[in-house]
Amino acid sequence: MLQLSIFLENAKGRLAEVISLLAECKVNLRALSLADTKDYGVLRIIVDDPEGTALKLRERKVVVSLTPVWVLKVPDRTGGLAEVLNQLVQQDVVVEYMYAFVEKENEQALVVLRVQDKAIMEKAMQTLNLPVL
Amino acid sequence: MDLANNVSQETERTEEQWLEGLRKTVEMVLPIHHYQESYGAIGIKSAADIKSLKDFQKLPLTTKEDLRKNYPFGLFAEPMENIVRLHASSGTTGKPTVVGYTREDITLWARIVANSLKRAGVTKKDVVQIAYGYGLFTGGMGLHYGCEELGAIVVPISGGNTARQLMLMRDFGTTVLACTPSYALYLAESLEESGISRDELKLRIGVFGAEPWTEGMREEIEQRLGIKAYDIYGLSETMGPGVAMECPAHKGLHIDDHFYPEILDEEGNPLTVGERGELVITSLDKKGFPVLRYRTKDLTTLHYGTCSCGQVGWTMDRVSARVDDMLIIRGVNVFPSQIEEAILLEGFEPHYLLVVYRVGNLDQLEVQVEVNETSFFDEVRELEARQQRLHKRIEDVLGISVRIRLVEPKSIPRSEGKAVRVVDKRNKEVK
Repeated sequence: MLQLSIFLENAKGRLAEVISLLAECKVNLRALSLADTKDYGVLRIIVDDPEGTALKLRERKVVVSLTPVWVLKVPDRTGGLAEVLNQLVQQDVVVEYMYAFVEKENEQALVVLRVQDKAIMEKAMQTLNLPVL
Repeated sequence: MDLANNVSQETERTEEQWLEGLRKTVEMVLPIHHYQESYGAIGIKSAADIKSLKDFQKLPLTTKEDLRKNYPFGLFAEPMENIVRLHASSGTTGKPTVVGYTREDITLWARIVANSLKRAGVTKKDVVQIAYGYGLFTGGMGLHYGCEELGAIVVPISGGNTARQLMLMRDFGTTVLACTPSYALYLAESLEESGISRDELKLRIGVFGAEPWTEGMREEIEQRLGIKAYDIYGLSETMGPGVAMECPAHKGLHIDDHFYPEILDEEGNPLTVGERGELVITSLDKKGFPVLRYRTKDLTTLHYGTCSCGQVGWTMDRVSARVDDMLIIRGVNVFPSQIEEAILLEGFEPHYLLVVYRVGNLDQLEVQVEVNETSFFDEVRELEARQQRLHKRIEDVLGISVRIRLVEPKSIPRSEGKAVRVVDKRNKEVK
């Protein structure tokens, strides 16, 4: 799965501007997370058609990068996420960042994972056969 | 490297031969009131009084201020009826400085530029797109006449209109691009977005000048446009582009034989070969506007010797800084090129802006750098680490504390001519 990352300067209204642009492009945000530092933020979003959305945003002079992430289905119960993470740790996967969201249609809990080493993650996923979106 | 076939190999000039040329220039300027006065004051009445290069170095320097005082034609050495063209430098800080050329000067200039182009490997088979501004600025017309002299095909497109530049570059099969380095970079960036692929272009050589640039910038342009980039040097007061030009050895710029170079320290004392200082130029054989010991305000180092391309004579290092570009921040001299170098070394793109302002009585320098659009900004940790490394590198180089602000890609205005690198708000602030 590809995630869209958008670099945002910390300026009043900049986030609203970009989110409005996404609305104009008729893009439905399935998940989003905002990482912030003193001077800037990185908006990360999951959408249905990441490549198409990136194209539309670029046409509107927004600079986006596409980042490979994994979206894992997680049992929506206590300890569900812990189970999944522990399995990944055993396979030497190192997580850079993650954020979670819930799909309302099927009440499914999902986590977006960005890992340090793509190859290790791919191997782990083969071994563990974890459910993905 | 076989340049000998392209550029006539110069033989070494003796001191006496240089002196002969310099005396001729002195003779040309002596009837001019300004020189009569200043030379008379140190007892120079005729060119014959210059008996050695040491004597020559006693002659007063000529400055931009002298040109302004004699605005517009006061320092011309030929009657106006012999002048066929005027050029002028932008007068951002006062009146423009005006220069005049006789018909012979124009021919000589064309030959000098043609030689410069040959040095970079340009031939009569090349299609040269001149994206320097045409007009009072010497860049466009200077390159134009040089290309015609060489017999190359000239595309006199001038600066700006980037989409059209790229379209014609493809359709005309442009092989040589001549413009400022910052515009070359902007063209490269626009090419990536234009839908024209690099494979559709025949571009092979870049002739870039009219603003200071770093070696890192050269690598960036060469890599992104897939060309060999050469530095051309000149300024309108001494003639225009062609005063010096790089050869494929990239060991500095060969100074054309029609110019006598000197390097001086801040007080105007001569420095020796290998020492960095201000370049001072005297023109030889230029008639309409001969210039004597002109302070270029460009900082460089002179070398003398035989280049691996076979050329014997003076070379100068790439001009990476101009006295005029120097910022004094908390008493420390800062050149934009020092910061550009650090930015490129840390893997950022050379799109930056230096903002100087004052908080209370203290100067502050903010370095705005665009984040690279290609990949890494998703990793905040990586980005912060890079920002810190850049911060440290710049502070180590400058010796003063600075603020680094990462800004959105493409948010710093691109230039179609000379890039604006500095915004100094210190004098405008009312406290």
